[in-house]
Amino acid sequence: MTESTHNLVDSAASADASARKATLWQQLLRNPSVLIGASILALMVMMSLLAPVLGTMDPSEINPAWRNKHPGFEHLKTFADGSEAQWSYRLGTDTLGRDTYSRVIYGAQVSLAVGLIVAVLSIAIGLTIGLVSGYIRWLDAIVMRVMDGLMAIPGILLAIALVSLSSAGLGTVILAITIPEIPRVVRLVRAIVLSIREEPYVEAAISVGTSLPLILIRHVLPNTIAPLIVQGTYICASAILVEAILSFLGVGIPPEIPTWGNIMAEGRVLFRLFPHNILYPGIFLAITVLAVNMLGDGLRDTLDPRMRERI
Amino acid sequence: MSDTQTAAPVLEITNLSVELPKGTDRRYAVDEVSITVAPHEIVCLVGESGSGKSVTAHSVMGLLPKGQLTPVAGTIRLHGEDLLTVSDDRLRELRGARMSMIFQEPMTALNPTMTCSDQIEEVLITHTDLGMTERRQRILDILELVHLPDPPRMAASYPHQLSGGQRKRIMIAMALVLEPSLLIADEPTTALDVTTQAQILKLIKEIQQTHDTGVLFITHDFGVVAEIADRVAVMQWGKIVEQGDAKTVLRNPQHAYTRMLIGAVPSFTPIDRPRDPKAAVVLKTLGLSKTYTGGTFLRRAAGVRAADDVNIEVRKGETLGIVGESGSGKSTVARCIARLIDPTSGAVLLDGDDIARAPSRQLRKLRRRVQIIFQDPYRSLNPRRPVGESIIEGPTNYGTSRADATERARQLMALVRLDPESLDRYPHQFSGGQRQRICIARALAMGPDLLIADEAVSALDVSVQAQVLDLLDDIRRRLDLAMLFITHDLRVAAQVCDTVAVMHRGKVVEYGPAHSVFADPQDDYTRSLFAAAPGRGFAFGAGALTASPDATA
Repeated sequence: MTESTHNLVDSAASADASARKATLWQQLLRNPSVLIGASILALMVMMSLLAPVLGTMDPSEINPAWRNKHPGFEHLKTFADGSEAQWSYRLGTDTLGRDTYSRVIYGAQVSLAVGLIVAVLSIAIGLTIGLVSGYIRWLDAIVMRVMDGLMAIPGILLAIALVSLSSAGLGTVILAITIPEIPRVVRLVRAIVLSIREEPYVEAAISVGTSLPLILIRHVLPNTIAPLIVQGTYICASAILVEAILSFLGVGIPPEIPTWGNIMAEGRVLFRLFPHNILYPGIFLAITVLAVNMLGDGLRDTLDPRMRERI
Repeated sequence: MSDTQTAAPVLEITNLSVELPKGTDRRYAVDEVSITVAPHEIVCLVGESGSGKSVTAHSVMGLLPKGQLTPVAGTIRLHGEDLLTVSDDRLRELRGARMSMIFQEPMTALNPTMTCSDQIEEVLITHTDLGMTERRQRILDILELVHLPDPPRMAASYPHQLSGGQRKRIMIAMALVLEPSLLIADEPTTALDVTTQAQILKLIKEIQQTHDTGVLFITHDFGVVAEIADRVAVMQWGKIVEQGDAKTVLRNPQHAYTRMLIGAVPSFTPIDRPRDPKAAVVLKTLGLSKTYTGGTFLRRAAGVRAADDVNIEVRKGETLGIVGESGSGKSTVARCIARLIDPTSGAVLLDGDDIARAPSRQLRKLRRRVQIIFQDPYRSLNPRRPVGESIIEGPTNYGTSRADATERARQLMALVRLDPESLDRYPHQFSGGQRQRICIARALAMGPDLLIADEAVSALDVSVQAQVLDLLDDIRRRLDLAMLFITHDLRVAAQVCDTVAVMHRGKVVEYGPAHSVFADPQDDYTRSLFAAAPGRGFAFGAGALTASPDATA
């Protein structure tokens, strides 16, 4: 083969590879669910990261003089450096006189962090266990029975138990939400591994002497990535909700840290008179969970079209 | 059916063209095709995959996927009625009543949640107004007609309780219960074993003769054509290249493509190759057995003896064929020898080393000496990795540097007659035959002593199959390899094997030099297997066409 044809084949091959990548991105951008979900989520993340510069005050600053004010209430506020200015409680205040707007914005940090960390943790742990139990047959029965046991524990009860055993805190809540999610990931990964391990190309890899860890990484793992990204978004959405529920029930994040669930829990007592303490965090929570779910649905449709037909 | 109708054709396709969606490799899936089927006649539509034969059949039934394949020209007349212009309701009426179809896959074409009688009854309820007792009687009659044993029990069975051949019979019963005048059979025997295939072909022929049915029979197998066809139409790239009386076309094909196809069909007569009886024994199995045990670890269920006391040996430069029907244990033997599964008992000696009992460290060394090529070229290469990566995977596992392995891969690509520069392409950019060549290159990259081909050419079209067989033979000769060739296709076995082992229910029932086994089979099962091979009486292969002065095969 001459030099010129060599180049031709090379460029044709790389053009093909880049074309495939481009189409995946284009497909993702063309999907309205992905676009809307990702945009809302990006806004939420930016909002939580930029919380200090979005006209907020210290979310845990108590001001007994301005308790239970309705949204839009204005007063003259003295700042830490002694200066005074007109301050508007955009979303009102709670029973301790804390600014609901600042609390909701800062609360996004906790909710999104919990969602992300739980999703990453449960997928990392579930993937490892699933790969091992799908491939090592004698271990499978034992591992899966343990997973069945874990699945039988209601997440909220587990959280209550863990919080009562140790202290309430972000770590405890994340652990409590992650544990019941792991078996679901394990089952998904194991199912994929069980079908892929029968593929002739895996048998071919065995017969050319590829070691077990390499087979798992090279031939099995890539097949799990698309379904896991999709599963990850669902776990994320569910974790955000469960965290809010746990905080609402008073077994989650300690009340001094603002989270959407905490704000709602504290607003519950005077809900009829001052609904804004439940309404606004509720709206943010609903929008976030909706955005994550939309992103998940869109990703599923694009990355794993066969799954769409099954559901 | 009256006598006046017998003269007129049942089906008349004139200048049918079906357009493919834009962006495909050709414009028409079916291009100006004209075929007629008379009552009492079996017309075989033959061609390789992608030739448009199934599209033709599906356009008759009105089953083309909407929006993807559209008939753009021509007419399809069933008893004079143009099927392309009739309403959907009328088409539905005609399907089943006037024309019906037998599909290839018997498991998926039947509803697993309904009993066989319910499925046949559904056809009757939709198309007739028979009462319940009449319907029941009709179902039992039709099951009797397709020679199913014990019709009442069969009627009450679910599809999974039946064998592949029985399911096929149920489908034929469903297709025939309304006594249609046109039966379209789309590769109806492709997934079946030869003995079952022979019975089904006999059944179709018998029913067609007693019921005045015209049959449009789609197949890729010239053996089947020789067996049942009255007339043949050969398709290539959507066009009919040759059409005529079956005997004439088979014996004296005019078109170069037909000649190439018929020439590519392996001959049933084995080639008597000189053997070197002193060549070293590469592989020897001693009492190799594999029992599959079911049940859980608490309760062992009775096992299935997939391989039972198998004793075979392969010498250097020699090909041993293991032939048998599905479930005979031939693949189990191959997988035991490659140690993809652990044999239950017996020894697999590779130059004296027992691969069956080798501990993992030693097994790693032995593995590279036995390489296997699988049946399905679409699944035996990882779709996410460039083919070059797949080929060098083995050598790099054993410490060869990437650069050396890639250089070797280039040489191997040339050896399997592929462009060495296409190593960085992905499997989907290759055709089935090319992928099988890549699999061969991957196996050869390990420098094996024994190459196992597990149905390696079964999924390929006959012309591609001939090329791959040729390649395998060439490689065996050049590298002086021992080869174990697993196949269900007796013709292929006849062409490539020096010795043949016939397996039946896990046991080797006949074992000997290919020419003596084929010429004078001793075992009853071997004899019935050979008798069932379609088109047996017809001499295929390159030698069959030497009468033609310019034979291209």
